[in-house]
Amino acid sequence: MKNLYDNEMRLEFLSKSNNEAFARISVAAFASQLDPTIEELADIKTAVSEAVTNCIIHGYENTEGKIEVICKIFANTIMIEVSDNGKGIENVDMAKEPLYTTKPDLERSGMGFTIMDSFMDDLNVESILGLGTKVTMKKVIQKQEQKEEEKQEGKIFSSFRI
Amino acid sequence: MKTHYIEKDKLLSFEITEEIDHHTTEKIRRRMDNEITKYMPRKIVFDFNQVTFMDSAGIGMLIGRYKMVKMLGGSAELINVKPSIKKIFEMCGVLKIIPIRKEETKVG
Repeated sequence: MKNLYDNEMRLEFLSKSNNEAFARISVAAFASQLDPTIEELADIKTAVSEAVTNCIIHGYENTEGKIEVICKIFANTIMIEVSDNGKGIENVDMAKEPLYTTKPDLERSGMGFTIMDSFMDDLNVESILGLGTKVTMKKVIQKQEQKEEEKQEGKIFSSFRI
Repeated sequence: MKTHYIEKDKLLSFEITEEIDHHTTEKIRRRMDNEITKYMPRKIVFDFNQVTFMDSAGIGMLIGRYKMVKMLGGSAELINVKPSIKKIFEMCGVLKIIPIRKEETKVG
């Protein structure tokens, strides 16, 4: 059977906070085959870090559990799925609201979903109380030629220092 | 993280040298709180020159330290912030309370 995707990978790791860096760096390494800009890569790393941190702090509330990250590449789009078997989110719409947090005592900013939503092109959150949460994000990586064209047309203001 | 304190200005600066996420903020927060309680500064500066990554955990941590120094009657500033991180500060509205200092000179 032919695979639906051009490439695919799966990671599974324990809900330990030192795996946050492991997860975002691994996903960024996998995404690099699409030839993203430094900026696009930074967006992906931040979004993954937010999703994985949510699993650790909220899904498992700092107890031990497993987190799964699946990445799929199709043409120039990367799809990233981050899931846990934790306690689930009671009200997803409320959780997505900027500045909303159930853990202000931990100095959480309540900006996690807002960052995922604005740094990625698509965000979907599915959650079942007592079973877990799955966050699916997509990002379209522009083709190199397109970037060049847009740069020449002055559409892209390259914001990173050389 | 390295810290510098200038007594005559009561200025405490933190040169953060690690990536900032939920994992690293716990340690950074503890160290910053120790230094702030020790020096009781009038101003704190967060130097982002060596910071290559930050997520929303960093926002919560910085705002928490800002609140501490504000209670002491002081203020906070950011310097040497990279564009990818500035984007997060802007999105979260942090720059209204912790502005980026214009001239990007090294403190300490």
